[in-house]
Amino acid sequence: MTILGFPPDLLVLQAFTGLALGAVYVLLAVGLSLIFGMLTVVNFAHGAFFMLGAYAGVFLLAAGGNFWVCLVGVPLLVGAVGLFVERFLVRRLYGRHIDDPLLLTFGLTYVFVELVRIGWGKQALPFDAPEILQGTVDIGIGYFPLYRLFVIGVTAAVLLGLWLFIERTRYGLIIRAGARDPTIVRVLGVDVGRVWLLVFGLGTGLAGLAGVLAAPLQGVSPEMGTTVLAEAFVVTVVGGMGSLVGGIVAGLLVGVTVAMSALLLPEMSKVAMFLLMAVVLLLRPQGLFGRAGLMS
Amino acid sequence: MLSVTGLDAWYGSAHILQDVSLEVKRGEIVCLIGRNGAGKTTTLKSVMGLLPRVRGSVHFDGQELLGLPAHARYGRGLAYVPEERRIVPGLTVRENIRLGLVSSPIRSREGQVIERIAETFPRLRERLDQQATTMSGGEQQMLAIARATASDPAMVLLDEPSEGIMPVLVDEMFELFARMRDGGTTLLLVEQNVELALAIADRAYVMDQGRIVHADTARNLLADPRIREEYCAV
Ligand SMILES: Nc1ncnc2c1ncn2[C@@H]1O[C@H](COP(=O)(O)OP(=O)(O)OP(=O)(O)O)[C@@H](O)[C@H]1O
Ligand SMILES: [Mg+2]
Repeated sequence: MTILGFPPDLLVLQAFTGLALGAVYVLLAVGLSLIFGMLTVVNFAHGAFFMLGAYAGVFLLAAGGNFWVCLVGVPLLVGAVGLFVERFLVRRLYGRHIDDPLLLTFGLTYVFVELVRIGWGKQALPFDAPEILQGTVDIGIGYFPLYRLFVIGVTAAVLLGLWLFIERTRYGLIIRAGARDPTIVRVLGVDVGRVWLLVFGLGTGLAGLAGVLAAPLQGVSPEMGTTVLAEAFVVTVVGGMGSLVGGIVAGLLVGVTVAMSALLLPEMSKVAMFLLMAVVLLLRPQGLFGRAGLMS
Repeated sequence: MLSVTGLDAWYGSAHILQDVSLEVKRGEIVCLIGRNGAGKTTTLKSVMGLLPRVRGSVHFDGQELLGLPAHARYGRGLAYVPEERRIVPGLTVRENIRLGLVSSPIRSREGQVIERIAETFPRLRERLDQQATTMSGGEQQMLAIARATASDPAMVLLDEPSEGIMPVLVDEMFELFARMRDGGTTLLLVEQNVELALAIADRAYVMDQGRIVHADTARNLLADPRIREEYCAV
């Protein structure tokens, strides 16, 4: 039996591949959403932070670390760069027109890409998954690359942690309330500027994690952030700006769309995700979960 | 407890407050009245550090507040209930109350605080886990007060708490203010419900066009309808 000329097993496996791809988008979109929801900053440098994540991995490996060190160290390093960027650059533009931080972060992308070219050269670098995660596993319907499963698993664990953080801790309460009404949070004694700083660090740290997770899937190059940024924006638009659940659902949806179209309609694969976005925007201009709340 | 001296405030280039001075002593309820647009809200916001440009002096508990960031006041015992209640959508009643504790050293005693609040505001008790914005306007106002007083502040600034609330609840609210004062909390109350407010207040200031135009005891103002007619007709 075949569907559209493909055996069903292959289609299911390809959908799984899409989920792994989608997991990377989710990590990016969640960070973008947090930053937009709290700071009303459209972070055009998000793709660059993703790319920095991959190179931070290259750096840590060269310094003698292993993949597991990268998994912890990269988000911290990239998040630290994010803290620096918020504290000394983005912060100056609060209260100005929304275009101002957008242009700033857009410009920052070029700075980061050039710096990386100077440091590591223009050509793409390989990045191997650790040996224990290489190979395939039988998932019932066929063999699936273990590393892709790992990416899905790490993303799920990170999202669970993030959800617990936002729903169950007092910092999460501050974030949820601050996204809706920073003034009331301020008069209740919270230094909102510090919350924004930490949210920017958290969002960019997640982008860095996405970058190092994606490195074994696609290699490492200075331009790797550019394409992924477009995908991450499609995800946030489809999911609804500022909605975390929207980012998760839309990330997986876009991942599966990209993977399936690559298999079924290879000549359409670059366009498929934009078609998806157009359809969603026509039916629900605010996105699937737009403005229903940061965590709803 | 709170003394405002020679306060000027601007919105952009509009000079709104001009030489405002007022004083609230510990344990008092002081009322700030005046017609729409007189500058009452602007006065409270200036004290809370929410205006972009102010000049003058605001002493609280012997300390200058002007120049401190807005968030530095709550921890010093100065709480604020803004005019539109500002209940945070998407949060439950309990979470809104918890928000009043996030920056406070007594946040570890949340259970006790919620119990105290449930006693003071019986209407909130059975609604603790309800979405806060599904409550009536009056209940939301009670919640806004509960939230601002969760950390047991020494002084509370209230901006038109009775606005748009059904009369039974208004009476309940003013009784609550009197009890809060008797419990040692100092209140600065902006009100349009002048008769009721003066009935519980100790003293009052009348504002007009960004200035304080009259100051007296609440009793004298209650007995003197001319001032109210001149400055408080809406
Ligand atoms: N955000 C703002 N930008 C510019 N002007 C403002 C702003 N808010 C208030 N004003 C002006 O400042 C003046 C005082 O307003 P304020 O809100 O303090 O009055 P109020 O006494 O609280 O009135 P009400 O009884 O209607 O609440 C008014 O002339 C108002 O138009
Ligand atoms: Mg007002």
